[in-house]
Amino acid sequence: MDLVAVRPEGLYCAAGEFFIDPWRPVDRAVITHAHGDHARSGCARYLAAQSAEHVLRTRLGDIALDTLAYGAPLRLRDVTVSLHPAGHVLGSAQVRIEHRGEVWVVSGDYKLDDDPTCDPFEPVRCDTFVSESTFGLPIYRWRDPRAVIDDIGAWWRSNADAGRASVLFCYAFGKAQRILAGLAQSCALDTGPLVLHGAIEPLNRAYRATGVMLPPGRRVTDVDATSLRHALVLAPPSAAASPWLRRFGDLRDGFASGWMQVRGARRRRGVDRGFVLSDHADWPGLNAAIDATGASRIIVTHGQVPIIVRWLNERGLRAQAFETEFDDSGENEALPAGAADDEAATAPSAERLAATDVAHSPAIDAGSSSS
Amino acid sequence: MEAFARLYAELDASTSMHAKVAALDAYLRAAEAADAAWAIYFLAGGRPRQLVPARVLRDVAVTAAGLPQWLFDECYDAVGDFAETVALVLPPPLRMSSAGLADWMIGRVLPLRGLAPETIGERLRGYLDELDASGRFLLLKLLGGGFRVGVSRLLVTRALAAVSGVDAKLVAERLIGYTGVDRRPDAAGFRALIAPQHTGPATAAHPYPFFLAHPLSAPVATLGDARNWLVEWKWDGIRAQLVRRGGSTCIWSRGEELVTDRFPELAAAGAGVADGTVIDGEIVVMKDGHVAPFAALQTRIGRKLLSPRILAGAPAVLLAYDLLEENGQDLRTHPQHERRARLARVVAATNAPSLQLSPLIERPSWDAYATLRDESRAHGVEGFMLKHRDARYGVGRTKDAGAWWKWKIDPMSVDAVLVYAQRGHGRRASLYSDYTFAVWDSRDGERRLTPFAKAYSGLTDAEMRRVDAIVRKTTVEKFGPVRSVTPTLVFELGFEGIQRSPRHKSGIAVRFPRILRWRVDKDVSEADSIDVLQALLGHQGASA
Repeated sequence: MDLVAVRPEGLYCAAGEFFIDPWRPVDRAVITHAHGDHARSGCARYLAAQSAEHVLRTRLGDIALDTLAYGAPLRLRDVTVSLHPAGHVLGSAQVRIEHRGEVWVVSGDYKLDDDPTCDPFEPVRCDTFVSESTFGLPIYRWRDPRAVIDDIGAWWRSNADAGRASVLFCYAFGKAQRILAGLAQSCALDTGPLVLHGAIEPLNRAYRATGVMLPPGRRVTDVDATSLRHALVLAPPSAAASPWLRRFGDLRDGFASGWMQVRGARRRRGVDRGFVLSDHADWPGLNAAIDATGASRIIVTHGQVPIIVRWLNERGLRAQAFETEFDDSGENEALPAGAADDEAATAPSAERLAATDVAHSPAIDAGSSSS
Repeated sequence: MEAFARLYAELDASTSMHAKVAALDAYLRAAEAADAAWAIYFLAGGRPRQLVPARVLRDVAVTAAGLPQWLFDECYDAVGDFAETVALVLPPPLRMSSAGLADWMIGRVLPLRGLAPETIGERLRGYLDELDASGRFLLLKLLGGGFRVGVSRLLVTRALAAVSGVDAKLVAERLIGYTGVDRRPDAAGFRALIAPQHTGPATAAHPYPFFLAHPLSAPVATLGDARNWLVEWKWDGIRAQLVRRGGSTCIWSRGEELVTDRFPELAAAGAGVADGTVIDGEIVVMKDGHVAPFAALQTRIGRKLLSPRILAGAPAVLLAYDLLEENGQDLRTHPQHERRARLARVVAATNAPSLQLSPLIERPSWDAYATLRDESRAHGVEGFMLKHRDARYGVGRTKDAGAWWKWKIDPMSVDAVLVYAQRGHGRRASLYSDYTFAVWDSRDGERRLTPFAKAYSGLTDAEMRRVDAIVRKTTVEKFGPVRSVTPTLVFELGFEGIQRSPRHKSGIAVRFPRILRWRVDKDVSEADSIDVLQALLGHQGASA
C-alpha cells in the first residue's frame, strides 16, 4: 500500500496517522511551510520545522505546534519522519517518511536557487518523490537571482533619479524578505528610504526572531513626502490599485514573480516592470531535484501536473498525479489576481489585519495599477 | 540588432507613453542612420513579405530547443506567442552578435527568402545562437512577419520630429510610402525623413496623411447648431485617396497601401480628373444604385486576378467626400465647406460613373437627424459622419484641426450562449478569452444550440478571469487550444452588420461581433433563438 494517499482532507500517511498540509481541519498536521494554502488553521496539532515556528505563529496565531530540527528523526506510529530544507521560504521543509525500509519524500514547495533568508534545498534520496510542479514548463528558466536583485536596484535608482517612487509588488511572506535581504547584500539600500506595506512588517519581525538579518523598513506615515519620491516601496499584490498607493504620487510600479517570465502575464498585470524572481523551482530545477532523489516513482502535485507526468514517463520514470487542493495549481496561479497565489496567501490573518490597520485600504483584488 | 532588440523590449514592456517616447528618442539619437532606417520602417508598420515559411521556422525552433513536439506545443499554449516561446525555451546563447540591425537585415535576414528549408534551418540555428532572449524574440518576429509593438505611427512621427526638429505633420507626409512592402530602407531614406528643408506640396504620387474621425460619445446636441455641420452617411467601405499627379492615378488605402490595381474602374475615373488633384472618400460596391454590404467588397480585396465577371458583379465606386488638393495646391487648411464645394465641381466635371459624391444630408435639427439615423441600417450604413463646416483637414486622429465625428447607430444585439472557448494571444495568453457563441435553433425540429459568431472583446479583465475559471470547470472536451463547455453562460452580443452566409452552419454571418455585457441574470434557456437573427436580417433588407 502507498505510504501517502489523497484523502478528502489532504495528503494522508496512514501508517503514521498524520496529514501533510491538509486543506481541512484534522488531528495531526505536518506543515511543509507557512503559506496560506499549505498551512491552514483549525487542526488540533501541528508539526513543522523549527525555523518555521515564528512565521507559522504569525500566520496562524496560537496553535498547538511541535517543531523539529532539520534532519532530526521523529517516530510517529509506524513511521520515522524527518524534515529537510526545501529552500522555498523560511522554515520550508520536505517531509521524509520511512516505513519498513521504504522512503517517501513529500516536497511541499521548493526551489534550488540561492536565497539568503532560508536554508538551501537539500536533495533527499528516496523511493517515491512527491513533487510540486508550479513552473513545470521549459519556458521557465530563472536567471541568477542576484542579477535580478541588481536589476531591481538599478530600476529603483533610475526612478529615484527621476524623482519617482518605486513600488514593487511582491508576496508579503517570502518574496519580500528575500528581496530585502538581497538588496542589503548588494549594498543597494542607499538610494532612498525603504517603505514597507503594513502586511510585510509582522513577517519581518518573525524572520528577525528566527535569526534572519533584514534591513529595517519604515512605515509610509513615517516618511515625508519629499523622501517618498526616492523610496522603494514593497507591497503585496493586493495593494495594487488601492487608495494606499495614492500618497506616492507619480510612481513606477513593478512586480516580482516567476510569472513575469511571460509577456502576456506581465501585460495583464499592467505594471511598468516585471522582475522574474520566483520561490519555486524552474524547469531545470524541477528536473535536477527529481533526478537527485534517485526516486523510481514520482508523484506530481499542484502545477503543470499532466505535463510533468508525461515528460517523466517518456524518460522512463514511473510518474503519476495526485489531485490536491493547493491554490498554486499552475493554471490558477497564472491568473494575475494575487488572491489565487500561494505566495499571496489566501487567508493571512496578519496581512489582513495589517492592511486595514495601517493602510486603511480594503484588500482590493490586484487588477492594474493606478499609475 | 541588440540595441533594437532592447528598444523593442522596452517599448513592449512599458505601459507609459512617456517612457516609450524616451526610449525611442534615446535609440534614434544613438543609432546609425542605416539601422535607424530599418527601425523606423518596422516601428511605423513596415513588413517585408514573409521571409521564411512558418512551418520551416517551427521545425528549426523545435529542433534547436531539443524538446518533443508535444512539449513545445504545451509551451506555446501557455505563452500564446511563437517567437516568445522559442526565445524562452532555447538554451542560453554561445556567443553574442555585435552586428547592427541593417547588417542583420541585409546580410542575413533578407537573403533567407527562397532558400531551401535545410539551408534556412542551418543558418537560422547559427543566428539564434548569437542572440539572447530579447534578440531571438525580435529575430523570430521579423522572420515570421509578426512584428507588432505598442507604438502608434503617430508616436514614431513625434519621436522623429523631436529628434530632427522637423514639423510632425511634414514628418507624417514623408513617412507615407516609407513602409511599403517592397521598400528597402537605407541611410539616405532615413536622412530624408529628418532632413530640415521643406519641399513644397507632397511629392510624386503620395497621398496626404488621412484625417481620422472620433466616435461621438457626448450627446449630439453638445455640438451646437446643426446648421454649422456637414452631415453624410457613414459608409462601411474602404477609406481611400485618389491621387492624380503627373498624368497618372494612384489609389491609396488608409493603411497607406497602394491599391490602384485592385480597382481598375477607379483608376479609369482618375484619368478624367485634372492633374494636381487629390480626392478623399470611401470605396464601396454599388449595385442597382445601392451600396452593397461590405462582404461584396471583400470578394474583391483578396483576389490576385480580377475577372470581368467579378468586376461586373461587384463594381466599385469611390464616394468622394473631400478635396485635399486642386491644381497642385494643398487645400487642407481651407474650411470644410469650401473644400466640399470645390469637390462637387471636380466630381461633376469628371462625369465618371465610378466617381460619385457622398451626398450631404440636410435636416433642420439634430432631432431630425436622429430620426433619420434610425433608418441607417435600411440604407446599409453605420450612422452619420459629422464635419464642422469650418474644419480643416488634420493629420491622423488629431483634434486641433476641428474634429470629424462618427455618430454611429447602436449595434444590433442578441443574447447568446458561450459554447466554445479558446486561449488568447499576447496580453491574453493562457486565458480562455476567445469565445464562440450560439443561439437556440429549432429549424430541424429539435431545439439545439447553433454557433453563429466568435468574439473576443468586450469583457473587463476581471470578468475574463471569471469566465476563464468557469470554462476550465465546465470543459467537456479539448481540441488543441479549444475547449467545448457545458453551456452555462449567456452574453449580450453586439454586431454591426448581418448577412446570409451559406458557409456558416447557422446560415448567418455577423460583422464586428463583440460582447456588450455578461447576462449573469439570464439562464441558458432564456438566450435568444435564431429567429431573432433572421428577423434582423429581414430588417436590414440586405443580402449578399
